Amino acid sequence: MDRVDPTAVQSVISIAGLTKTYASGLQALKRVDLEIRRGEIFALLGPNGAGKTTLISIVCGIVTPTSGQVLVDGHDILREYRATRSRIGLVPQELHTDMFETVWGTVRFSRGLFGLAPNAAHLEKVLRDLSLWEKRNDKIMTLSGGMKRRVLIAKALAHEPQILFLDEPTAGVDVELRRDMWALVRRLRASGVTIILTTHYIDEAEEMADRIGVVSRGELIVVEEKTALMKKLGKKQLTLHLLEPMTAIPAALADWNLTLNNGGCDLEYTFLSSDEGKAIPALLRRIGELGIGYRDLNTRQSSLEDIFVSLVSERA
Amino acid sequence: MSTITHTRAFNGRGVLAIFRFEMARARRTLWQSLVTPVITTSLYFVVFGAAIGSRMSEVDGVPYGAFIVPGLIMLSLFTESLSNSSFGIYLPRFIGTIYEILSAPISAFEMVLGYVGAAAAKSVILGLVILATATLFVPIRILHPVWMLAFLVLTATTFSLFGFIIGIWAKGFEQLQFVPMLIITPLTFLGGAFYSIDMLPGTWRIFSLFNPVVYLISGFRWSFYGTSDVGVGISLAATLGILALCLALVWWIFRTGYRLKT
Ligand SMILES: Nc1ncnc2c1ncn2[C@@H]1O[C@H](COP(=O)(O)OP(=O)(O)OP(=O)(O)O)[C@@H](O)[C@H]1O
Ligand SMILES: [Mg+2]
Repeated sequence: MDRVDPTAVQSVISIAGLTKTYASGLQALKRVDLEIRRGEIFALLGPNGAGKTTLISIVCGIVTPTSGQVLVDGHDILREYRATRSRIGLVPQELHTDMFETVWGTVRFSRGLFGLAPNAAHLEKVLRDLSLWEKRNDKIMTLSGGMKRRVLIAKALAHEPQILFLDEPTAGVDVELRRDMWALVRRLRASGVTIILTTHYIDEAEEMADRIGVVSRGELIVVEEKTALMKKLGKKQLTLHLLEPMTAIPAALADWNLTLNNGGCDLEYTFLSSDEGKAIPALLRRIGELGIGYRDLNTRQSSLEDIFVSLVSERA
Repeated sequence: MSTITHTRAFNGRGVLAIFRFEMARARRTLWQSLVTPVITTSLYFVVFGAAIGSRMSEVDGVPYGAFIVPGLIMLSLFTESLSNSSFGIYLPRFIGTIYEILSAPISAFEMVLGYVGAAAAKSVILGLVILATATLFVPIRILHPVWMLAFLVLTATTFSLFGFIIGIWAKGFEQLQFVPMLIITPLTFLGGAFYSIDMLPGTWRIFSLFNPVVYLISGFRWSFYGTSDVGVGISLAATLGILALCLALVWWIFRTGYRLKT
């Protein structure tokens, strides 16, 4: 059995050797190790069926792990489930809501279920933060999909969790609500809540996350600070718009990773972001020496999306 | 955000939340929950009590109309406990809201206490309402009111537990109906709800002794009229035995996570 490293005290969640094999025989998680830092926003990325929801469900107590250990704030999720679950709020991927209950009724229920004394002021604040206050007496089934998503978030926040799991919170949500949610997530983080979210919108992870984990086929293939990840794996591209079209790349430039595009009018140079600072000046100097003229130049940085796609397809 | 520094050993508020949720569901469907069984019971009185009872004068020295009251209450108690409780746990499984219960700091025991407690409470209320309805038709005396209540509560709890098991086992709505329709109703009719099993021919009487429902109805009727098909001690033992069996099954369900967790 894998044991969590007891020295990892900084972590609010420690996952060690976590494996899940479903009854069907499908191995959804393969020895996953992960440390979530207190107070961070952690984005879990990965294609459909990678195992993101399975991972979250195990930490929250909905799915039983096959092997491995998970500690939440130092408590074991199986033996000390009361301590771990009372710290966690979960917004599930699917819109699982009651139908006939009112919004107010359902958030009250959630708070009670987690063992907390009623606190109308807190619930009011949560509903106001999510623009649900006006709807508090409405039956949930009369709400739109985006509104139901907010109700699920309100339920997850009703018991004042220290850790919030958001499983694709912005799926099927309009642009405005997405912005609202991002703002809410930032406010929660500012108040000390640790947030773990999954998303298929890479720009969302790019915008929000402190750290990023990429899951592919049940394995955690990368865990990295967002900025470091983009720096390490990101590529940059320099494009020179030439004065005179070229038919072939001169042999004197063979040392650089160059391609000719746009009928020989554009010379493109691709390099790792980490080489930034030495690559471009050297190339431009060489080009000057060769007397190649250019009208204009621009650089482009690959997005997290490019990085993600190349990471996942590498494994496929 | 507040910090939860200590965790209680018993999540009473969680139990209460589930209990209230279930009771609220009954209030919304008050018509089905109370009015339908009351009307059905009244119809039984009209048919069995008035039409047949006028030809059957007395059973064990009790007027027939009064004799069938405990059986009628039990019949409703069985079916309502089963359907209330099985539906109560099946619905969240079906619509997916069970995720919240499973992710809450609530033990299996507390979860059962909430769901089964609510279903049993509804059934006990229903039983008392039917009893009150019955007094409109026939004069009723209750020799052992405390035992009457005890049998009422025990039976409601047992069948609510049984319903909880069905609600977890069921893979579809048809299966929820299956057990009450195909097993409980026949067993009740054959279990002496409307007659004393002494009235049956020899072999059938022996057969009846394998029907657990006979013991439940007999004990309950004893608390009213002091007469019974089988000894009241045996009735009580049988009731407790079935309760223990259901408890064991529920315990197994939570140990294995059967149909609750993957
Ligand atoms: N209850 C289950 N029984 C059997 N297999 C399951 C079950 N739940 C999930 N799986 C399988 O486990 C794998 C991981 O699923 P999971 O839901 O964790 O993926 P995901 O990363 O959340 O995907 P998505 O982005 O589509 O939400 C999938 O192949 C899925 O089919
Ligand atoms: Mg998922």
